[in-house]
Amino acid sequence: MSMPFYVSPEQIIKDKADYARKGIARGRSVIVVEYDEGILFVAENPSRALHKISEIYDRIAFAAVGKYNEFENLRVAGVRLADMRGYSYDRRDVSGRSLANAYAQTLGTIFTETPKPYEVEIVVAEVGQTSDGDQLYRLTFDGSVADEHGYVAMGGSADAITLALSTEWREGLTIVQAVRLAVDLLGKHGGEGERHLGPGELEVAVLERSLPRRTFSRISRSRLAELLG
Amino acid sequence: MSFEHRALQVAFTAPRSSSFAEFLATAAPAALPSMNVIADPGIHAPHGTTIVALRGDFGAVMAGDRRATMGNVIAQRDIEKVFEADRHSLIGIAGTAGLAIELVRLFQVELEHYEKIEGVPLSLDGKANRLASLLRGNLGLALQGLSVVPLFAGYDIDRGRGRIFSYDVTGGRYEEHDFYAVGSGSFFARGSLKKLYRPDASADLAIDTALEALYDAADDDSATAGPDMARRIFPIVGIATADGVRMLDTDEVEARVAPLVARRMTRPNGPFAAQPEEGSSS
Repeated sequence: MSMPFYVSPEQIIKDKADYARKGIARGRSVIVVEYDEGILFVAENPSRALHKISEIYDRIAFAAVGKYNEFENLRVAGVRLADMRGYSYDRRDVSGRSLANAYAQTLGTIFTETPKPYEVEIVVAEVGQTSDGDQLYRLTFDGSVADEHGYVAMGGSADAITLALSTEWREGLTIVQAVRLAVDLLGKHGGEGERHLGPGELEVAVLERSLPRRTFSRISRSRLAELLG
Repeated sequence: MSFEHRALQVAFTAPRSSSFAEFLATAAPAALPSMNVIADPGIHAPHGTTIVALRGDFGAVMAGDRRATMGNVIAQRDIEKVFEADRHSLIGIAGTAGLAIELVRLFQVELEHYEKIEGVPLSLDGKANRLASLLRGNLGLALQGLSVVPLFAGYDIDRGRGRIFSYDVTGGRYEEHDFYAVGSGSFFARGSLKKLYRPDASADLAIDTALEALYDAADDDSATAGPDMARRIFPIVGIATADGVRMLDTDEVEARVAPLVARRMTRPNGPFAAQPEEGSSS
């Protein structure tokens, strides 16, 4: 007769966290940066159909790395939550903060209560009326939330990119400067050795501050080629 | 409400269709319009009146007067009954105003929700069909006298032209050729459109034709308002083209309505429809 092994809670949590981190580290990176007229999202993603960056609501967008089916599930849930709140109350009552809270609770519950944690990391970004109102929330697989300022990097090379951003990002970048900075850093740190990333390998979108209602738009590959010069 | 919670409930992550209305029916059925109302057949609720729409190769124009009535009383003189449904389509509503405006709100979210979940907008036919099924959800109230009659028009990107869809209270969907009108003044408006509509009209001419038709409707239907020059209350006009939907602002509509009213000073019944010359065979 076999005896069940005793595994300490600390060990279980650690194993789950290691597992999730490994899964996330395998993926290509995503960079989110604030620029003078809004918030920019740049992902290394050759697919035109499977997005890592998406619209959630008028002034809120979502970016993710990790396992596609898992973050897609979270994205759809976020759109449903936002649309339901906006429909039941008012469009102005949908906030990035409440969405980040809901995601945090959900990821936290999944991490502690299910055998397999989600291998995802997500950013919920809300563009304000002025740059002071911009909000970036970074959520990790265990449900922890960090309120970031200015820039966020996620994915395999997040640490190296974040370090570079801490010296190279400044307030008031133009869209051209911001796109070039992000693409440059993804090329430098995003893979093995230094690479040159073209429009065909990138997914880029913005939340544009001055637009009246839906501020999210994707930057087409031809427009991206122009921006990269 | 039932969605006041901290974590996303099962309903949010369950695989389901891309329809917001279907999601709402499971997650928060009480939030759906007309699910939680029991109508008294004798209820007096404001009614919206006349909406007209015209189509052409440029796209579609929709215009509505601003009156809501409750029996013989004017319930509101500046109600809005024509709305942007999404980037390429317009919806106008006649009938029980409260339910109709709620239906519009639900329809707008429905279209945007689909677009966000799927990454691409619905086809124009798809939008028209969704509206039909939302309308069917109101059938119970319609049978008790609280009917909602929408008019849907938009620019069909795939076909490169404007299209118009009308509905009955049971959710029946019918594509209209050229032009249509709904609401209490619709018979007069349609008569006017019959004579004035030109298939080759530019967007500009189509807008003026819509305004003429609304004027004619107000002329003979007491529930439809004419332009209120004193208060500067003019019809709401929207136009859907390949570039998207644009709602005309008050100044723009006034610039078109003022000459129209001036013309009617000398010719109260409006422009003469062209007739074949006497003795000519054409």
